[in-house]
Amino acid sequence: MFSGYPGGMVLYLHNQIIQGLCERKRAGLARAVTLVENGSEHARHILEEAYRLRGHSKVIGITGSPGVGKSTLVDSLIGAIRERGDSVGVIAVDPSSPFTGGAILGDRVRVRSRTTDNEVFFRSLASRGYLGGLSRHTGDIITLFDAFGFDYVLVETVGTGQSEVDIMRYAHSVLVVMAPGLGDDIQAIKAGILEIGDVFCVNKADHPDADRAVAVLEAMLGLNRQWQWKPPVVKTVASQGKGVVELLGKIDEHLEFLKQNGLLEERVSRSYIAALEDNIRRDTVDRILTEARLDGTLDLVLTQLSQGKTYPAAVAKQLIGKYLCAEESDNQ
Amino acid sequence: MDRTIRVLVGKPGLDGHDRGAKVIARSFRDAGMEVIYSGLHRTPEELARMAVEEDVDVVACSILSGAHNTLLPRVVECLKKEKGTEELDVLVLAGGIIPAEDVEFLKANGVDEVFGPGTNTQDIVEYTKTNLKR
Ligand code: B12
Ligand SMILES: Nc1nc2c(ncn2[C@@H]2O[C@H](COP(=O)(O)OP(=O)(O)O)[C@@H](O)[C@H]2O)c(=O)[nH]1
Ligand SMILES: [Mg+2]
Repeated sequence: MFSGYPGGMVLYLHNQIIQGLCERKRAGLARAVTLVENGSEHARHILEEAYRLRGHSKVIGITGSPGVGKSTLVDSLIGAIRERGDSVGVIAVDPSSPFTGGAILGDRVRVRSRTTDNEVFFRSLASRGYLGGLSRHTGDIITLFDAFGFDYVLVETVGTGQSEVDIMRYAHSVLVVMAPGLGDDIQAIKAGILEIGDVFCVNKADHPDADRAVAVLEAMLGLNRQWQWKPPVVKTVASQGKGVVELLGKIDEHLEFLKQNGLLEERVSRSYIAALEDNIRRDTVDRILTEARLDGTLDLVLTQLSQGKTYPAAVAKQLIGKYLCAEESDNQ
Repeated sequence: MDRTIRVLVGKPGLDGHDRGAKVIARSFRDAGMEVIYSGLHRTPEELARMAVEEDVDVVACSILSGAHNTLLPRVVECLKKEKGTEELDVLVLAGGIIPAEDVEFLKANGVDEVFGPGTNTQDIVEYTKTNLKR
């Protein structure tokens, strides 16, 4: 799949990349992410090593509607984390165009400080058409960052479609960002968002409606009496760095709560399940559709479907039976 | 299957003209590439660091301030330093207001090609696709 390098070169390269990961060379991490993202066959060895090295990072997911100030907040969180002397890796995911596959990744526009800080690493990812949410390799890429040894890994994702559910599967702690005075006000809080957030942030607190927004949000969170951990609501003005140290404090409190109550392992295993799910889905869907396309079966069943002779669930069962069961032996 | 081409569209120096940068960012995107936009007022050091972390195939600088002869060679120099090699595997492009008489100097200093006002963006995309260094 990865056609950029001749084979021998790749072998040489990924030894270098693995060495780069171990020695914390940023070009090594950067190239490793590329190989994983491109679904390169050679990423296997790098991932093997990465999963062995992982386990240090605190993984924070940051989600919320476009424009609420997530990237600006990331910028000031980087500052707050660095002030303590901790290191931080950032993964910012934006959607790919469903038509061309291209993308404009603009999160760096707001993340202006500490670009050349050696303890900060920032990578923009395109979702590459994966259910409109996170990139399908996000789990593996978070692991690469973890293997690199960052104290914190921040994952920014646009809170539309599938992505906030996706990020919940991979993060240890999920920060939901809202802002007053946007079209989608606190009044119209999306179903499910209250269950996803571990910490809530009402950003743009310089806006006059901010206090009302906090009150509404707190009231809604208060309705749920089942909380083991009642998600705190923090007011911030990300563009001025206000409230950000407190916000980071709340995130840390949540991580500490997870640890104290033995819940961190649960979150980690949740991320493994997510990674398994993503990989299984990716491999099986790709394989079945590719093979069915190549041997003409796909055309055949499409015709049958359009003539009303069968229905999708039946065809799916048939294709799974035909291509999956025969797969094992010839793919070693 | 081709891998996705990644491009850093950079705005070095004190230069607020961002239309051209946005036009070429969109052209690259529409050609199926992933474009990282640096935002305004970036130093060569910052752009080089971004290029490494984003592992881009192309660094495309848009500059209309007149400071190209100072900034662009510096971008190339920083890229070499960040990557630890004299042999860059990234294509370095520039565009904006760059007088014809400066092009030779820029090319001698590591810029691969320069595109001025009125360039057909399709030509830029084609040039980019055929001249990648990896
Ligand atoms: C619009 C404009 C402005 C707008 C900018 C709005 C904006 N947000 O971009 C405003 C009014 C703010 C402005 C301000 C100024 N401007 Co002015 N501006 C222009 C003008 C008229 C058009 C520029 C433009 O947008 N063109 C449209 C875009 C699409 O074209 P483009 O940028 O050239 O891009 C094309 C190609 O060059 C190429 N390209 C561009 N970048 C890249 C990058 C890569 C990698 C590639 C491959 C290709 C590529 O592809 C694009 C598509 O073909 C030019 C004159 C001109 N005709 O160019 C002056 C001009 C650029 N401005 C100039 C000046 C001096 C200024 C000011 C200093 C004026 C002042 N004294 O205040 C300020 C400085 C502002 C600042 N902070 O930097 C001078 C620059 C002189 C120089 N470099 O020697 C120019 C040339 C006018 C002149 N003849 O004197 N300006
Ligand atoms: N007034 C105000 N504006 C903010 C604040 N935080 C971010 N912004 C602005 O909101 C816009 C969107 O910010 P951005 O970080 O890109 O949002 P994202 O899409 O959620 O990543 C930008 O113009 C920011 O400058 C804030 O606390 N107050
Ligand atoms: Mg953003």
